[in-house]
Amino acid sequence: MTPPLMNQTVQTAQAFALYVEGLTVAFNGFTAVDNLNLYVDRGELRVVIGPNGAGKTTLLDLICGRTRATSGSIRFKDIELTRMSEHEIVRAGVGRKFQTPSIYETLSVRENLEVSFPRGRSVFGAMAFRRTPDVVERVERTAEDIFLADMLDQSAELLSHGQKQWLEIGMLLMQEPELMMLDEPVAGMSVSEREKTVELLNRIASDRSMIVIEHDMEFVKHIADKVTVLHQGKVLAEGSMEAVQSDPRVVEVYLGH
Amino acid sequence: MKTLYRNLLGGREGAVGLAVLAVLIFAVFPLALDVFRLNLIGKYLTYAFVAIGLVLCWGYGGILSLGQGVFFGLGGYCMAMFLKLEASTPEATAIQSTPGIPDFMDWNQLTALPWFWEPFHSFSFTLLAVPLVPCLLAFVIGVAMFRRRVGDVYFAIVTQAIALILSVFIIGQQGMTGGVNGITDLKTLLGWDIRSDSARLVLYFVNGALLFACILTGRFLLSSKLGKLLVAMRDKEERVRFSGYDVAGFKIFIFCVAAVFSAVGGAMFTLQVGFMSPSFVGIVPSIEMVIYAAVGGRLSLLGAVYGTLLVNFGKSYFSESFPELWLFLMGGLFIAVVMAFPNGLAGLYARHVRPRLSRRAPAARVAAPAGPAPGAASPAIPAHAKPTEAA
Repeated sequence: MTPPLMNQTVQTAQAFALYVEGLTVAFNGFTAVDNLNLYVDRGELRVVIGPNGAGKTTLLDLICGRTRATSGSIRFKDIELTRMSEHEIVRAGVGRKFQTPSIYETLSVRENLEVSFPRGRSVFGAMAFRRTPDVVERVERTAEDIFLADMLDQSAELLSHGQKQWLEIGMLLMQEPELMMLDEPVAGMSVSEREKTVELLNRIASDRSMIVIEHDMEFVKHIADKVTVLHQGKVLAEGSMEAVQSDPRVVEVYLGH
Repeated sequence: MKTLYRNLLGGREGAVGLAVLAVLIFAVFPLALDVFRLNLIGKYLTYAFVAIGLVLCWGYGGILSLGQGVFFGLGGYCMAMFLKLEASTPEATAIQSTPGIPDFMDWNQLTALPWFWEPFHSFSFTLLAVPLVPCLLAFVIGVAMFRRRVGDVYFAIVTQAIALILSVFIIGQQGMTGGVNGITDLKTLLGWDIRSDSARLVLYFVNGALLFACILTGRFLLSSKLGKLLVAMRDKEERVRFSGYDVAGFKIFIFCVAAVFSAVGGAMFTLQVGFMSPSFVGIVPSIEMVIYAAVGGRLSLLGAVYGTLLVNFGKSYFSESFPELWLFLMGGLFIAVVMAFPNGLAGLYARHVRPRLSRRAPAARVAAPAGPAPGAASPAIPAHAKPTEAA
């Protein structure tokens, strides 16, 4: 834990959307995330970088409830997430995109988006769910956002890898999360797809907090408000992209000389 | 009205499929067959209830239960207990050492009716118990398994164990359950002789009507968002969870629906065949029921009915001609279907018959684009093709 980080915490404590404090998880003696503190502002786009095995994906897993913390606290809008089940965390406003695009291949793009619409989430609610004009409108607007407006009725399995990534982002957008977590959103994308994704993320980040895991430094530069570097389950450095890039410890373990 | 047509009947193709089955069950069979044969078909159709339930929970929900015989049996036993009590009046059982209790209890030296038999004096209680007792058991199993995220093969093994446990329990508790013979000698339902030809005919039609009610319920469920979610859960359970759905709740629900369908079938079996025994509860019948659904096509509600009929026709033909070989043939059939036609009869229909039909009638193609299978749910969005289900 670095002193500058602590100072920062005190300064803006009231405004944070997400508080991660003393978070630790150990798998059979291996501590993947070690007494980690992380604070994300409202409306902030935070990028988490770090070498393989640094605990980046595990951190997202912990926040969204996929993995249970050994100790520590995760608070979002003053709700303690560590003891909630995954769907409750989603309903509290946290959305998660997985590393490999996780979409319903057997359904159409439209159905993928529609299933993600936050209404009719109970068994009987799902039975009574009707495609009302507001649903159609939301689906079409979201499809527009993720560059898939003319592919709505196509089966999702026919999309390219990059389009599947967008579709999953779109499915999150349908949920209107206040905190959106994306695990390597531009992996496997072409250069032009990356550029469009930068534009997409900057557009959608304006009214929500985001945590993005990414390796592509060029991409990170274009989207990050602030960068956190993880190493061996701990925060190694945190700050603006320039500050982090010039930090000798970061250069040592991650960026290379 | 239009939504109803699309969701329940499945558009034009679905409606035609239903109509064909209705003509077969309500006109062709009753006109062509004598009451004895018709009663046999009625018996087969009670298994179709189980197969329809399996289409929902296995085909769409991805939950393979190898213990559906448990629910079929429980439904059947509930009905049999009521009928047995009606047949065991003190006058009819005057020669017993304890008159007024079922004969097998007397043979086993029981002198009073066990407490859980008492409410089955009431017909209205029985009508409620037939669906609710199996539903409650399915709910308990579902909560215990799905809340702990037990799935796939482990779930199948657990359901099979439950089938074994229940059949062993029934056989072991001879005095209370009738043991291996089951509950036999059932005569009347509220004074109406169920063994008469007229009663058998009426029961056959009631059975058929209930079967259609189950098919339509299944269609409604599959055409709603719930159906989409079942498919989504089968493919990417994690994603559904992270879209804010309680996956376990949906699994428990569809498993309970399948249990209730099976129980209705079981009760109709008891009424039409006149007895219920543990040989419909255990592992073998439970697996046979999965075969019906697999042969018919596990994604097709109507296919499940045809699959059940086909396998049972085959069973009665081959078991009469080659009694020793039948089980091997049945096993071979299952392996062949799973390997060569994973979507069963409905899959064959979708691949070979439908293209020809639509070539002949291009209008039909517009009305029902690539619907999954003759009996499967219509896509809620009829304007686009849904290739995967039929592929």
